[in-house]
Amino acid sequence: MSKFTRRSVLKGSAAAGAGIMGGTDLLHFAKAWAQASQWKPEAGAKLKVLRWKRFVVAEDEAFMAMVQAFSKATGVEVEITNESFDDIQPKASVAANTGQGPDLVWGLHSLPHLFPDKVADVTDVADYLGKKYGGWVPSAEATCKANGKWIGIPVAYNGGYMNYRTKAMNDAGFKEFPKDTAGFLELCKAMKAKNTPAGFALGHATGDANAWVHWMLWSHGAYLIDKDDKVSINSPETAKSLEYAKALYETFIPGTASWNDSSNNKAFLSGELYLTSNGISIYAAAQADAAKGDAKMKAIADDMDHAAYPIGPTGKSAQLQLCFPILLFQYSKVPNAAKAFMAYMMEAEQYGPWLTAAVGYLTQTLSVYEKLPFWTADPKRTVFRDAGKYSLTAAGIGHMNEKAASAIADFIVVDMYASYCTGGTDIKGAIAQAERAAQRIYR
Amino acid sequence: MTDTMVGRSMTRPEMREPTQWERLKSNRDWLGFWFMMPTAVLLGLFLAYPLFLGVWLSFTDTKIGRAGKFIGLENYDWLSDDKVFWLSVTNTLLYTVVASAAKFAIGLYLALLLNKHMPFKAIVRAIVLIPFIVPTVLSAIAFWWIYDSQFSILSWMLKKMGWISVNINFLGDPWNARWSTIFANVWRGIPFVAITLLAGLQTVSPALYEAATLDGATGWQRFRFITYPILTPIIAVVMTFSVLFTFTDFQLIWAMTRGGPVNATHLMATLSYQRAILGGNMGEGAAIATAMIPFLLAAVMVSWFGLQRRKWQQGVGND
Repeated sequence: MSKFTRRSVLKGSAAAGAGIMGGTDLLHFAKAWAQASQWKPEAGAKLKVLRWKRFVVAEDEAFMAMVQAFSKATGVEVEITNESFDDIQPKASVAANTGQGPDLVWGLHSLPHLFPDKVADVTDVADYLGKKYGGWVPSAEATCKANGKWIGIPVAYNGGYMNYRTKAMNDAGFKEFPKDTAGFLELCKAMKAKNTPAGFALGHATGDANAWVHWMLWSHGAYLIDKDDKVSINSPETAKSLEYAKALYETFIPGTASWNDSSNNKAFLSGELYLTSNGISIYAAAQADAAKGDAKMKAIADDMDHAAYPIGPTGKSAQLQLCFPILLFQYSKVPNAAKAFMAYMMEAEQYGPWLTAAVGYLTQTLSVYEKLPFWTADPKRTVFRDAGKYSLTAAGIGHMNEKAASAIADFIVVDMYASYCTGGTDIKGAIAQAERAAQRIYR
Repeated sequence: MTDTMVGRSMTRPEMREPTQWERLKSNRDWLGFWFMMPTAVLLGLFLAYPLFLGVWLSFTDTKIGRAGKFIGLENYDWLSDDKVFWLSVTNTLLYTVVASAAKFAIGLYLALLLNKHMPFKAIVRAIVLIPFIVPTVLSAIAFWWIYDSQFSILSWMLKKMGWISVNINFLGDPWNARWSTIFANVWRGIPFVAITLLAGLQTVSPALYEAATLDGATGWQRFRFITYPILTPIIAVVMTFSVLFTFTDFQLIWAMTRGGPVNATHLMATLSYQRAILGGNMGEGAAIATAMIPFLLAAVMVSWFGLQRRKWQQGVGND
């Protein structure tokens, strides 16, 4: 893996000529960039950045190298604070309410929409980057725009896809991973029969549970809200998707209703779970341990592979991928330094090596970065390349705003599937409860 | 006429009555008030103000980062037919009643046991305190592993012993999850009850027991007619605190289940956090938190009347 980390980036772009980019090269670039940049940091600016805690060590190292180069070139002192996924939003909320705290928050999903009145307009940065790098993928734009203004910069996606063990799939009678939901159900049934079960989180797991239940919902043509933001969950399509999910749930390993975001990783790596939906972190962890000489992990890394979500009755790809937007608070006293930082981190010379270091854990939001060579160097990673391209926002076909953010945070869709699948309620009851909860938010 | 007026006003400063302010400064009754002020300000600032702010928020549609408008009882209206909210109320009551009763019974038993003379008394008493010393989140995470659906040590042991063939679904089944979280809460809360009751037991004069023994009282009678009445005020205080802590529990649930599966373990505190901080609906979250107040008030009342029983100890008669 490490052979890619320092390699330069863009095939066919200016940066490709740079070859191996050492620390000094990074600094050279940073200085030249700072000279030419349209955002001149305020004198003596100090920048406080709150970000989610890294999952891939190499990604964090590349990020910190970038931060240091930025500091040296611009003289802006940058203080990075790391918080776990679940703590970012409460901290950002408190900062928004009290008007003090970090200048920049790099968070999850639709964070800027929770307090759109408190974040700065960063349209200039978004336009600059979008023009230079082939435009933003549609869902990234939808995630960070409110009333025609950019209220955050979509830095990257964390793609989630099917993770499966090839041998178990073959033993279940499937040569390749099913492309549609009907075939997928057959695969899960066959795998259960072979005692190599599948399992998808149905607990309050922000990332994993939301990802697969929204695939369930959308692939059947059902949506929590319609395109005019009216609650539309009470539909025959929803009922069908619930029935499908229940049939699928029957094939799961026991206990998925209690799973959080880390449960399927543990179960998969311990060899008890053979099919789940997850980011690339399972593969990355197995590879990392394999590199340290762990034979069992090497076997898992060699055997496992990834696949796109099967297509449902709608015939269209339907997926909810986790977006990582960075936002600037209005109270910041150093908006120019902050904007310079946002623009700087997404320039090809930084973004390329950084994304490469993240080995598929992060997916680009700017189209041109699809061509980064690491996406195809290991074919098992390639499916994650398109995470941004086909994703919808957390609002589905509706408008991304604070209400949609609330609906996700309240696990409305997750609980609907969980209550029907675990036998707590019938279809009507599950839908009625979700409808009621959605109406409470969309009132 | 003018002269006298002027004359009067000239002489006044010497004979004038003390001003209101001077009176306030020197009056003994007011002195007490001044001494009370710092505490009153602290209590007002850090207890009363947040409480009233919370109640006020529950009547508004405040979102995170945006001041709300007054909307009257709308939040409560929505909550009144919100099944998840009522489920959380039921869960909270069940959690509090069962866990508090268990903590009391086991805690009292432990206290009586520890009050006996036995070898290594000090060490045993210290060990009993351990669950209380471990930070709540740590013990919650430990329990989360114990209850894990795939890697539970309990399931593993029972499987090895051949008692069960599949793992127990501790946190994935609604009732299993409720009992599991209650058990974790009881485990954590027992030391507080046990040690406090033990402190109470040690104030009971041995002479009373000696006299009772001479009169031929049985062990049960000694407990019922000596220990229990003397312990009553302490029991009232301990149980009030125990009930308050249990009712407002958050960390254990949040670390173990986040209110799942399907909201089966959501307590009012966790639901309030989920709606207000994660969902951004401060007004609604505040309404849920405010709805806890009547229950907490009831618990305080019980303690209040429990404490009144102290009168008979001072010879004023029973109640």
